[in-house]
Formats: sequence, structure tokens, C-alpha cells
Amino acid sequence: MLTFAEIKRSVLVSLWFMFLTFPIMVVRVNPIEEVVEWRWRNLIVIGAGSFALSFVWRYMMARKEAGLKRKEAGGEKAPLVRRIMDRPRLSRSIVGLVVAFVCVFPFLFSTYQVTIMSTALIYVMLGLGLNIVIGLAGLLDLGYVAFYAVGAYSYALLNFHFGVGFWIALPLGGLLGALFGVLLGFPVLRLRGDYLAIVTLGFGEIIRLILENWNEFSFGPSGIAGISRPGFFGIDMSLNTATIYVYFVLIGLVILTVFFVNRLQNSRIGRAWVALREDEIACQAMGIDKTKTKLTAFALGATWAGMAGVVFAAKTTFINPASFTFLESAIILSIVVLGGMGSIPGVILGALVLILLPEYLRAFSDYRMILFGATLVLMMVFRPQGLITGVRRVYRFQGDNGRNES
Amino acid sequence: MEPILDVKSITMDFGGLRALDRLDLDVQKGEIVALIGPNGAGKTTFFNCITGLYSPTRGDILITPPGKKTERINGLKPNHVTERGLARTFQNIRLFQNMTVLENVMIGRHCRTRTGVAGAMLRLKSAREEEQTIVDHSRAILERIGLSQFVNDLSKNLPYGAQRRLEIARAMATDPFLLLLDEPAAGMNAQETRELDNLIKKICDEDGISILLIEHDMKLVMSLSDRIFVMDYGRKIAQGTPEEIKNDPEVIKAYLGEDPDA
Repeated sequence: MLTFAEIKRSVLVSLWFMFLTFPIMVVRVNPIEEVVEWRWRNLIVIGAGSFALSFVWRYMMARKEAGLKRKEAGGEKAPLVRRIMDRPRLSRSIVGLVVAFVCVFPFLFSTYQVTIMSTALIYVMLGLGLNIVIGLAGLLDLGYVAFYAVGAYSYALLNFHFGVGFWIALPLGGLLGALFGVLLGFPVLRLRGDYLAIVTLGFGEIIRLILENWNEFSFGPSGIAGISRPGFFGIDMSLNTATIYVYFVLIGLVILTVFFVNRLQNSRIGRAWVALREDEIACQAMGIDKTKTKLTAFALGATWAGMAGVVFAAKTTFINPASFTFLESAIILSIVVLGGMGSIPGVILGALVLILLPEYLRAFSDYRMILFGATLVLMMVFRPQGLITGVRRVYRFQGDNGRNES
Repeated sequence: MEPILDVKSITMDFGGLRALDRLDLDVQKGEIVALIGPNGAGKTTFFNCITGLYSPTRGDILITPPGKKTERINGLKPNHVTERGLARTFQNIRLFQNMTVLENVMIGRHCRTRTGVAGAMLRLKSAREEEQTIVDHSRAILERIGLSQFVNDLSKNLPYGAQRRLEIARAMATDPFLLLLDEPAAGMNAQETRELDNLIKKICDEDGISILLIEHDMKLVMSLSDRIFVMDYGRKIAQGTPEEIKNDPEVIKAYLGEDPDA
């Protein structure tokens, strides 16, 4: 409803925004002709725009509040994923459509599209790996990119020095990732929350700085070039075919990741992770070994980062430490948080959105990063639980014989 | 016969503060023992020492699980204490809020099962069978405790009394021989307390699990306990049957203060 009070508030908001943006949007000093341009039209646009947006904002806020109230009253709607899963025919056709699209995608679109999709798929793997550490076990890891770097450099160096092929390096990269995961895990076992975040952040930087400065080992900032692409029984492939091949390798790996992570999270180990996230003291009091549980979470999360690193090195054929900055960790973290912590479909969607969005926003050139940032802020304000909320497994029992049939 | 829990003269210091002072306590097999005392007497600290959350400064905590040898458990990690058969609940409910009721109980089975990472990822036959026994066992416990209608609800959405009972169910899933209940009736109404009374007796009689509980509800304590220990300022001030405790001048003094006319 339009009331006088609301209009007044919106007018105030728009005045405030006009005042705030006045120096950048209205005044422009033209140094060549030495005049000051006054672009009053911009002021009007901003005033009208913020006036309208403040209504949208209030409407969304009201909706969110209403949603929260419904939740408290117990009339919560089942999450979308659960509603879809409850209808097997619908969910099967959705899966079918996705599979079909995934298969024909590289033949319908240009090499450029396939390349960015492959990049997004690497981030899906990274997101799912970090989801184990953050989403399930609740350990805030800000140095996750270190394991990605370990994987990438282990393939690059093994390939450079010993000519080791992609398919041998892939499990090796995973193993080395796991090893580094345990190495990081030991000193941080006692830490949690903010403290853990800072130590892992430091760890990530250490790995990057070592790679940057230890020239004899990693060739420093100039990086390693000419890394072999994944082989397929020694067949020579054109660049175009190779790109498509990497895409399908990644699809395979993503499916494998989803398969394993899904099994893990509904197992004894996965439950222990979630219990650790929920309440560390109660978790120990219920007989769970905190040390072991944390270390497996770190190690398994790092395994996927290591493998993703190997694929990354093989895909780009060139790596240097600049690819493994803190910003990467932050993006992977955003993928997990934005997608929905502890939710596999959420993380996949999050990765696709966060990686593909900046690419497709290129049309907006200068404004794309602002739009990207604004999207993140709005998401966190209106949907803090992520795109797709993680749901706990439902156990169904038939009559009284206690058989678990789900 | 050996007591299943024998605490000998434990002392717990936090810096200069002596929270427990040479405290002795024992629990015999099949017994329900209550530990009472005014707020701040050190009852929960005592629980934390036994269950490994704190390591006592001095003294011995000996356990004798049925059919096993006596063992000193001072300074063991909490999960190892639980593995040896002591399970506890918490005064301020500490459920795994975003897990379902069934999963909360399944967590209790963790230390009695073995499936590792590889077994879980490959879903080996042994892992599947173990998972099935975990589910069946947990469900049976929920049935016994009277929570089966909540199986798939998130535990944070449960009514308060049910949350308290879920804590007991979760502890029972670890197959304990001694259950330590920290104020199980706190915040319950009269009806819920009566049900709890029956439940605790049932657990003790039918499952053969001994019980050590901290409780402020004197009616419940008097109805349940075989023996009562009374603490104040970290010391034991009395022990005995409910009848003896009711008339003990020390206990009356601790709870009601000194009688100026006496």
C-alpha cells in the first residue's frame, strides 16, 4: 500500500543517494577544455531510480520477514529440492534434460563457451571439496587455494621433469593435496572459527609465496609453460577437440565428485562432520574422535582441490603463482556460501552462477564487477541460507518392521 | 563387589579457585545415585571431570565396566571415556540442532561402528550392513524413549521436553553401563517430570544401566535415588539414603542457611 509515510521515506532515500553520488555522477571536470560539466540528467535518473528501488527493497524485506514469521509458526514450506525429490517423475525428467544439455553443449556452442564452461566445472569441483570442510564440518578454511596450487604444481613439475602423463598425475595430485591437508590440519586442530580462518589464510599465502620465490623449484613468477594436455590413448588432437575433451573429462570428474561426496555425507563419517559443526563438545561426548574427524575433513576437501589443480594445469597448459591468490579462495568460499552450505546442488549452481555471471556480464563492460558485487550483497541480504538450502536425509520406514527403504 | 564408578578424593583447581575439594563418590551396579547441592557447588564440574572434558588436578577416577577390569580414566579424552561406557547429557541442551532426531541418535552409534572413508565412498557391503544396523538400533531406542513420531524432524524444532529426552536417547545409543544425567528435569512441567521419572527407572531396571544424576527437583530426586550425595563449595557434605539426607542438619544448613536460634 502506498502511504504518505512510505513515500516520504523513499523521497528521503532518493535525496540521500542524489547527494552521495553527486560528485561522481554529476560533476565532471574536462581537463582539455578546462571546463566543469554539470550532468544534471544523471541526477534525475539516480533520483528516480533510487526512489523506485527503495520500494522494491521494502517489498523484498517485508516478504523476507513474512517468511521468517511463517517459519517460526511452523508453517514452513518444504525446500524446493525436497519438493522436487518427492516427485520422482519430475526429478527424473529434470535430470534427463540436464544430462542431454551437458552432452550436446560443446557441439552447439563455440570453443570460447566450452572453455568458460570448463573453468566453471573446475570451480564446481573446488566448491564441492570446500563444501566438505566448511559446509559439512564447519571449519572455516580461507587458504583452500593452497591445495589447488599443490595439485597444479605437482602435475606441472612432474610433467616438466619426468614427463608424467595427466592420468597418472590426477590421483597423485589428489594424494598430495590430501597430504598437505593433513599437514595443515595438525597445527590447527585446536582452533576454530575466526582463529582457524586466519591460520588457514596464512597457510594459503605461505604456499603462494614459496611458489613465487623459490625459483629453482617452481620457476618463480614466470611459471611453467608447455604442460601437456590430457591424453587419450596417444591420439593427437586439434585445439578444438582438446578443449571439448577436457570438458568431458571435467564432466566425468564432477559426476565422480558428486557421487562420492553424496555418499560420504550420508555415511557415518559425514554425520560425524555435521555433528562436529553443530556442537564440538557434545560431539566428543558422544564418542567421536575430534582429531580424526577434522583431519579426514581437511584431507578429503584437499583431495578434490588437488585433482582440480591437476585439471587446471592440463587445461591452461601454463600456470604461475598469480592463479593462486587469496582472491581465488574467497571466490570458492563465496561459491559455497552463496550456493548453500552443505548442499551439493546448491554448490554446483553457485559455481556456475559465480563463474559464468562475470563472463556473460562482459556486455556491461565497466559495470560488470559492480553488478557482480551487487548480486552478492543482495543474495546475502535476502537469501542468507544460499540459493539451495541443504536438506537432511529423510528415512522412511515401512509399517513397524523397521526396514529402511530410502 | 567393585563399584562400577569409584571416584577417590578428586580435586579440581581453576587457577586459585578450588572447584572440587577431595571429593569421594561411588556408584554400584544397578543403582540410581543423585548428586545434589546448591548452585555453584561444583556438580557440573564433577561431571566434566569424569567425562574427560576437564582433567582433575588430583585424585583417581576408577571405572569397572561389567565383565571388565578396573581402569583409571583420569585425563582420557571425552570420546575415549564414552567408548569405555560412560555417556552423559548436558544441563543446557546440546543437541545437534540442524540434524534430524534419528541422526542425533545415530551419532551415538559412531563409537560402536567402524566404517571408514573408503567403505563409505564405495558403499561396501559391510558398510551398508553396518549403516542398516545403525538405523535399526537408533530407531529402536527412539521407540523406547517415546520419540518415534519425530524421527525425521530437525531436533531444534522439537518441544522442550522431547529435546531433553532426545539427549537421553542419544546417550543411550553409545551403549553405556553408566548414564550421567545433568539436570534432566530442568525446565520441565510436572507432567513431563513424572514421565521422566518413569523413563529413568525403566532404563535402570530393564536395560541394567546405572545412573548418576544431578538434579534440583527434590521430589524427583527422592523418588528415584537409591543413594544421594550432597555437595557444597566443592566438598561432599553428606551422603546416604533419601531418608537420611532429608533429616541431615548439614544439608538443611547448606540449603536454607544457618538457623540463628539453634
